[in-house]
Amino acid sequence: MSELLTDIDAIRAQFPILSREVNGKQLVYLDNGATSQKPQSVIDAISHYYEYENSNIHRGVHTLSQEATSAYEDVRKKVQKFINAKHDHEVIFTSGTTGGINLVASSFGASLVRKGDEILITAMEHHSNIVPWQMLCERRGAHLKVLPISKEGEIDIEEFKKLIGPKTELISLVHVSNSLGTINPIKEMIEIAHAQNIPVMIDGAQAVHHTPVDVQDLDADFYVFSAHKMYGPTGVGVLYGKEELLNDMKPYQGGGDMIKSVTFEKTVYNDLPHKFEAGTPNIAGGIALGVAIDFINSIGYEFIMKHEAELSRFAVSQLKDIAGLRFIGTAKERAGLVSFVLDGIHPYDTGVILDKLGIAVRTGHHCTQPVMNFFEVPGTVRASFAVYNTKQEVIKLVEGIDRVKRMF
Amino acid sequence: MEEIEEGIIEEFALFDDWMDKYEHIIGLGKELPLIEEELKSDDLLIKGCQSRVWLHAKMENGKVIFTADSDAIITKGIISLLIRVLSGQTPDAIINTDLTFIEYIGLKEHLSPTRSNGLVSMVKQMKLYALAFRTQQNG
Repeated sequence: MSELLTDIDAIRAQFPILSREVNGKQLVYLDNGATSQKPQSVIDAISHYYEYENSNIHRGVHTLSQEATSAYEDVRKKVQKFINAKHDHEVIFTSGTTGGINLVASSFGASLVRKGDEILITAMEHHSNIVPWQMLCERRGAHLKVLPISKEGEIDIEEFKKLIGPKTELISLVHVSNSLGTINPIKEMIEIAHAQNIPVMIDGAQAVHHTPVDVQDLDADFYVFSAHKMYGPTGVGVLYGKEELLNDMKPYQGGGDMIKSVTFEKTVYNDLPHKFEAGTPNIAGGIALGVAIDFINSIGYEFIMKHEAELSRFAVSQLKDIAGLRFIGTAKERAGLVSFVLDGIHPYDTGVILDKLGIAVRTGHHCTQPVMNFFEVPGTVRASFAVYNTKQEVIKLVEGIDRVKRMF
Repeated sequence: MEEIEEGIIEEFALFDDWMDKYEHIIGLGKELPLIEEELKSDDLLIKGCQSRVWLHAKMENGKVIFTADSDAIITKGIISLLIRVLSGQTPDAIINTDLTFIEYIGLKEHLSPTRSNGLVSMVKQMKLYALAFRTQQNG
């Protein structure tokens, strides 16, 4: 194996966008929770595909189609290795995390959820892991149950045990919270759920770029994530599902590629993974996801985790002394972000002034309105980190907040 | 209405850098509440993704009187400019204006749908009120 890349300047040099200016200032990009920036290798992979390989996959006997098919299918194997899935056909390509959750809500729901059943989520879920279940419950006459969180933004395992029972058909919960940063004890929770034969789906959108994920070790039944938060392109994501569960589920969408044979009387569905991949997929995006995985592997999780933990600790230590600043989400186990409110200053106002200073943060409810209601805030300011962020950028954020405070 | 818009353009021409301009907007936003507390009801609430806006309209002697408010100060400052221009005008004038002054004073980004601060919906709502009042007048 070649030597790992652990020099921040060299890492930053791979991201062309980081050298641009915004509003006349050097860009400080701290909105990685929304989407990460892309290294040159990922950008190049997309143009290379369209310049050199473009053709439709799984269909053509011609060379281009063969090349594109094997490039795309190689990524499936790469993802399998990346999350340590048992089989590559357990890796389903989707449009993103939201696409993956909707697929499971729709297909698992249609096959296995009946009237009176319960789906359990937590109070810290992203809207993407709330609304598809609400829609499923409405269709099937099932009930959505919500596991509450503490004022630190943590789950209570005893409370969790109390909420699951014979009617619980599925549990869907977030690995790392996008608005609070909480890392949930998913392995322990999956074990508890499995003791009662309840399958668990994990929303890993905010986890895969911060921490290695081993779906077999976790024993997750479903695990979903997006390429664009892990240095890859938008519009492509992964649904991992255990073979036997995926086999039991009906297809999500009908179309080309997901069939073995079609007559007007009867259609025979294709095998995994193609059963769930109707239509021409985002081929360039899929190939670029493979390159994003290569990028992560070229640095290694050991460095990524150490660097991001250091940045988070540094940010907390710098921000905690600012008068009137209150952190939202103070769980013991946290990843890659700080979320806070400033006394008497609306998050929107903070975001506008920070933007004028070239600092990109996320403000608002982060698609977790129930979390904001719980903490009784209109929204928060969130700075979320990636491997290319630096302590100097955190200092610029702190100086920016000082400026905001002087202006209001 | 054009005179008021020109007045605002001149007022903003004094500022060389964005800091002064935003301090002015914040100043405008911090002035007295623009809407009475009891009118801050859900009926009058326009939900933006980022900030919330309340808008009230009534007709007096053929002119539309607007009052509005927001929970974010910068949004509120821009609201006060919109009110200065649009309140006290006839429904026709409100329906036909394109509010070009916002572009001249360099605040167009705040009226962009991507900001989702409620201002775009507020302007739309102001025009809808004007349209409704005109229909009432003509009816």
